[in-house]
Amino acid sequence: MTTVTMTVNGREVSGEAEPRMLLAHFLREGQRLTGTHLGCDTSQCGACVVHVDGRAVKSCTMLAVEAEGAEVRTIEGMANQDGSLSVIQQAFQDHHGLQCGFCTAGMVMSAAALLADNPKPDEREIREYLEGNICRCTGYHNIVKAIMAASGQDVSAMAAE
Amino acid sequence: MYAFEFQKPTSIQAAVEALKDDEAQALGGGQTLLPTMRQRLASPGTLVSLSGIAEMRGVCRADDGALCIGGGTSHAVVAQEAAGIYPGLAGLAARIGDPAVRNRGTIGGSLANNDPSACYPCAVLASGARIITDRREIAADDFFEGMFTTALEQGEIITEVRFPVPEASNYQKFIQPASRFALVGVMVAKYAGGVRVAVTGASEEGVFRWTEAEKALSDNFAASALKDLTVSADGMIADMHGSAAYRAHLIKVLAGRAVEAAA
Ligand code: FES
Ligand code: FES
Repeated sequence: MTTVTMTVNGREVSGEAEPRMLLAHFLREGQRLTGTHLGCDTSQCGACVVHVDGRAVKSCTMLAVEAEGAEVRTIEGMANQDGSLSVIQQAFQDHHGLQCGFCTAGMVMSAAALLADNPKPDEREIREYLEGNICRCTGYHNIVKAIMAASGQDVSAMAAE
Repeated sequence: MYAFEFQKPTSIQAAVEALKDDEAQALGGGQTLLPTMRQRLASPGTLVSLSGIAEMRGVCRADDGALCIGGGTSHAVVAQEAAGIYPGLAGLAARIGDPAVRNRGTIGGSLANNDPSACYPCAVLASGARIITDRREIAADDFFEGMFTTALEQGEIITEVRFPVPEASNYQKFIQPASRFALVGVMVAKYAGGVRVAVTGASEEGVFRWTEAEKALSDNFAASALKDLTVSADGMIADMHGSAAYRAHLIKVLAGRAVEAAA
């Protein structure tokens, strides 16, 4: 066991971790931040995406010990200061970008990473960026639309499905 | 995954020391190794993380014009920083896996693993790149020794890869959408001394050079130069995603596309 210390959503946290503990488990079980989901556990689905030092990573495929000293951001850190939903989250709600919601945390984290890099992506760029995020429910269309809307682009012409 | 010890040295020297232990295994970005360990297909006693070694990260230009990429550099960084120098290589890096995988996976890790369907081995072979390790320099043509096998010795670390920059190049990846590896991938690179063509995803021996195409394209750098060539299906991978004949056919199609798209 070693003690791992990192900043999670702006707060410094420490926890015991065996070297083999994955970042996803450190967050979910150690920190009780269960918004980060484990879908496939084989780095396919993207439900577990969090940001480490500003970059999207699959927390099921990174060791907690590798995040020592890192700045980690999870879905729990995405809302505005006053607790209201962030622009991306609100857009997912407004445009029905989720159904069961299982993939949503990962989708929002990937969307946030994309928009930080590319503030006005086109539809193709969004679909490409979401290659590693799988949704079992929505058919993706409304997720893409929500991200377009969150980036301030007009989505009125995109079919409502 | 089974329990293991973990070390995170901050210098190449210290990493080499730590890897002298027979039970130790280097950890790059972990995008292949961790899933493999989780399936219990690998169970190293110690993981030696290379992610704390700053001198192994980054992209720069050598005096001879070669593009140097630190072995610990992520695919995302290569995609971004090599774009202006070697667009064919940057384009290849930009399509490995998915964005989250590209943020963790490293060029050194990919090459050391030499997956027969991986993209980077194709770029290294097509470029005639040189692999720099903690102890020597290995030419691309001597590095790949068949599926998941390389010239690396036990504990040897890829610290840097040097790519001669071609006049024109392109990588065409026919993606296998479930794994996001190449079903077949072909890289074409045109140098003053001739054209090199490398193929991944197709052969049971791993990445290889298509020398007939190299000859034809060196005489005439046009897709039409390939029209009379055929690739034999012998020794090609056959699986549920594509037969050997299908892969052999794809090689020619993709090589042609790569020539047309080369920039
Ligand atoms: S749980 Fe990590 S990618 Fe699916
Ligand atoms: S909303 Fe159910 S998996 Fe995406």
